[in-house]
Amino acid sequence: MSHHYLLPEISQPGKIGCSLPALDVPPTELPPKELLRQELELPEVSEVELVRYFTALSKLNYGVDTGFYPLGSCTMKYNPKWHEDIAKLPGFASIHPLQPEESVQGAMQLMFELQEYLAEITGMNATSLLPIAGAHGEFTGLLMVKAYHQDRGDRARKKILLTDSSHGTNPASAVMCGFEIGTVASDSEGNVDMKSLESAMNEEVAALTLTMPTALGLFDPQILEISRLVHERGGLFGADGANLNALLGRVKFGELGYDYVQLNLHKTFSTPHGGGGPGSGPVCVKEHLADFLPSPLVTKNNGRYNFVSPAKSIGRIANFCGNFGVMCKAYAYIRSLGAPGLKEVSENAVLNANYLKEKLKSYYYLPYDRICMHEVVFSGRRQKARGVRTVDIAKRLLDYGLHPPTVYFPLVVDEALMIEPTETESKQTLDAFVDAMKEIDRDVEENPEILHTAPHNTPIRRLDDVRAARNPDLRWHMRS
Amino acid sequence: MPSPYLPNTDADRSAMLREIGVGSIEELFQDIPERLRHAQFKLPSPLSELEIKKELSRLANRNVSLDNYACFLGGGSYRHFIPGTVEHVIGRSELYTAYTPYQAEVSQGTLQGTYEYQSLVCQLTAMEVSNAGMYDGSTAAAEAAIMACVITKRGKVAVSTTVNPTYREVISTYVKGRNLSIETVELNSSLSSDCACLVVQQPNFFGYLEEMEAHVEKARDIGALFIGIVDPISLGMFKPPGHYGADIAVADGQALGNPTSFGGPGLGVFTCRQEYLRQMPGRIVGKTVDVEGKPGYVMTLVTREQYIRRERATSNICTSEALMALAAAVYLATLGKRGLRQVAELCYHKAHYAAEKIANLKGYSLVFPKPFFKEFAIRCPIAPSQINQALFKEGIVGGLDISHIIDDSMLLCVTEMDTKEEIDKLVEILGAF
Repeated sequence: MSHHYLLPEISQPGKIGCSLPALDVPPTELPPKELLRQELELPEVSEVELVRYFTALSKLNYGVDTGFYPLGSCTMKYNPKWHEDIAKLPGFASIHPLQPEESVQGAMQLMFELQEYLAEITGMNATSLLPIAGAHGEFTGLLMVKAYHQDRGDRARKKILLTDSSHGTNPASAVMCGFEIGTVASDSEGNVDMKSLESAMNEEVAALTLTMPTALGLFDPQILEISRLVHERGGLFGADGANLNALLGRVKFGELGYDYVQLNLHKTFSTPHGGGGPGSGPVCVKEHLADFLPSPLVTKNNGRYNFVSPAKSIGRIANFCGNFGVMCKAYAYIRSLGAPGLKEVSENAVLNANYLKEKLKSYYYLPYDRICMHEVVFSGRRQKARGVRTVDIAKRLLDYGLHPPTVYFPLVVDEALMIEPTETESKQTLDAFVDAMKEIDRDVEENPEILHTAPHNTPIRRLDDVRAARNPDLRWHMRS
Repeated sequence: MPSPYLPNTDADRSAMLREIGVGSIEELFQDIPERLRHAQFKLPSPLSELEIKKELSRLANRNVSLDNYACFLGGGSYRHFIPGTVEHVIGRSELYTAYTPYQAEVSQGTLQGTYEYQSLVCQLTAMEVSNAGMYDGSTAAAEAAIMACVITKRGKVAVSTTVNPTYREVISTYVKGRNLSIETVELNSSLSSDCACLVVQQPNFFGYLEEMEAHVEKARDIGALFIGIVDPISLGMFKPPGHYGADIAVADGQALGNPTSFGGPGLGVFTCRQEYLRQMPGRIVGKTVDVEGKPGYVMTLVTREQYIRRERATSNICTSEALMALAAAVYLATLGKRGLRQVAELCYHKAHYAAEKIANLKGYSLVFPKPFFKEFAIRCPIAPSQINQALFKEGIVGGLDISHIIDDSMLLCVTEMDTKEEIDKLVEILGAF
């Protein structure tokens, strides 16, 4: 059942969803009328009606707690329940960001230690926890790249190189930092085409951003040659750390030659996505970039924690000190796993992805038939040739109670199906997914109509995106 | 010890390795150069749930929780009452463990909730359209300034001196990132004609209310857009930005049902005129129908977004603060028209009660004798830091020390959370100096 009602339809004058205290001080005269609001039209709903309404909405949603969520590049791993309780402790949730530092030493200690842990995990020297999401971290990293070159008096470097499989935020973030974009091609193995990099990497290039493993779920064995070439020609080497889950506890970005990496605590470090945030996108850097980190950082002197601004800081990137509540959960995750646990995470993530790859590759076209890392990218081109698109496959998976993989990304793979099982899924779950994918492939032959018209068992059927964009209906109106 | 988060058994792993056709997990990492494959990590030894909970409770207890202290601190993060409905709704794990709603058929909870959020925010601000939310008020203001530059094809952003100084820094970081320029302007001086926008905060950083109509007109006169930064709670009683002609209005949405949480996660509210819809950054949810004609919701106007438009996107924003936006929607729906007005009026009356009492103390005065909402600046007889220390000893977190901006001054914030008893105690301690 879909949920047709909206708040104005259950609103009735005179209702309210909570009680509020009476005024306990003598009232003051109101300010001049021209400053005041005449009417405020918000719904009026009782508590029980409100709770039932939103509970009904929640039932229309699919989360990691509902089932398998193999959304490639998104790392939809299980989020331990007790981490939520940690972030809600009054000593964490009920503190004000501008409180005197001596009254928030516990929170600052947590931030300081998390900065250190993330630097250790990535093989870097310093960390900023300030970026609020992954794209915000990319933006921060690239502002530092810009500041670094300017500080050296090198003003010719106006370009950021990206690979053809890069995520859309990579070019968008570069433009927000005033850069132009250059593209490096992938070769037939899914690795960086070294000839392409060789010709693109000149004195105008400020940095190469390369996700590792790449968005194709592959580790590029030429990694050291790539970083050597970039550095020889005066560029910086940055990682979009979206795929850190493959390397956790085993490989350090710093040792791969990267100068900085941006992480996603809401992917790799198990904090929930919230339907599109809150996230947290820390940036870890080598020594030569540390002075450019955004303000403030937490430092420790004589057992006391302080907020400081790095010497050549790019400045403030948000109002306070990042998404602290998310940091609490990531901190708990790292402490509960330690180094051996983190290594088990990447081992099982990579094992699960390779298992799916082997089980599915005789049914779905595998453009890069080699060992993959934490995710595997198939192409739906065999099914497309038989008249069924990847979108149909995705929608049909919903009928099995499974969340589909990422589709049509990366752009270099035709009809892409990008599957990231994560380490928190069992063999039984993977087998059920494989069975569903096989049945769907059989239906491509035997019953394509059921695919074209899928999904059938969801709260709502396929929606009209074109109508939504042509005639935008973006809000309800409520009038007195 | 098996890990609670790794459901595969050793037997499962062996069977899977056989299926893959490798002898060990190690072989799966063969593409990584051998010498890079065995990094050493200096991290604390793993602990159990029980042990970490105990340790983190101790760490949390080292912080002064505002649950135990009276608090008169604002300056951009605000302590307001959060009805129980909010936490329980956003605590539904179908909602908080979901990804961005790319698969609309199984994401109607997130999508319809976002549509409610957009609608409620439009009602609150009297603006025509809202996006699904940004990181915080400061980044929303920064993205608004850049959007204004794109719309007007001008390269300079004018920001009032009375805008929160941190917001001005964030706007500056974003604007300079795009190689555009920023100018801080006194509101009573004239604007240069090459400005893309004028950014004004209401109530301003010092708490008092600006004459917004006049500033809107000033921007209009030079063909610039007017960007208002508003306090969403104040809109329970004060004129909303849509009524004084703002082109873009942004706000920090933390106050709408989210705890202060040391500054995050928060929420950036972003609204604008309908005509600028396609230049707006961030996610937008729209209503449509499914193949059977049933109403439903999807992410729409996605051709503005980075994952479709890449370097030509209106912003790089991807993951934002969706759950906090849902909290804001539940908050606004719980309070409704009466509740929000009541909260705003409680803040107003209590803040004025406190201000009047303090202004009557010897050696204290209001810095700006102008109408204000819940924050006000006071001039103190001694350094505010000393006063704050004395307050702290008595279980009160004092105001924000702004003596680096105005000599010996403090910005106090009073909300519905502060009782008469607490205000009286504040006044009593202040009076002892």
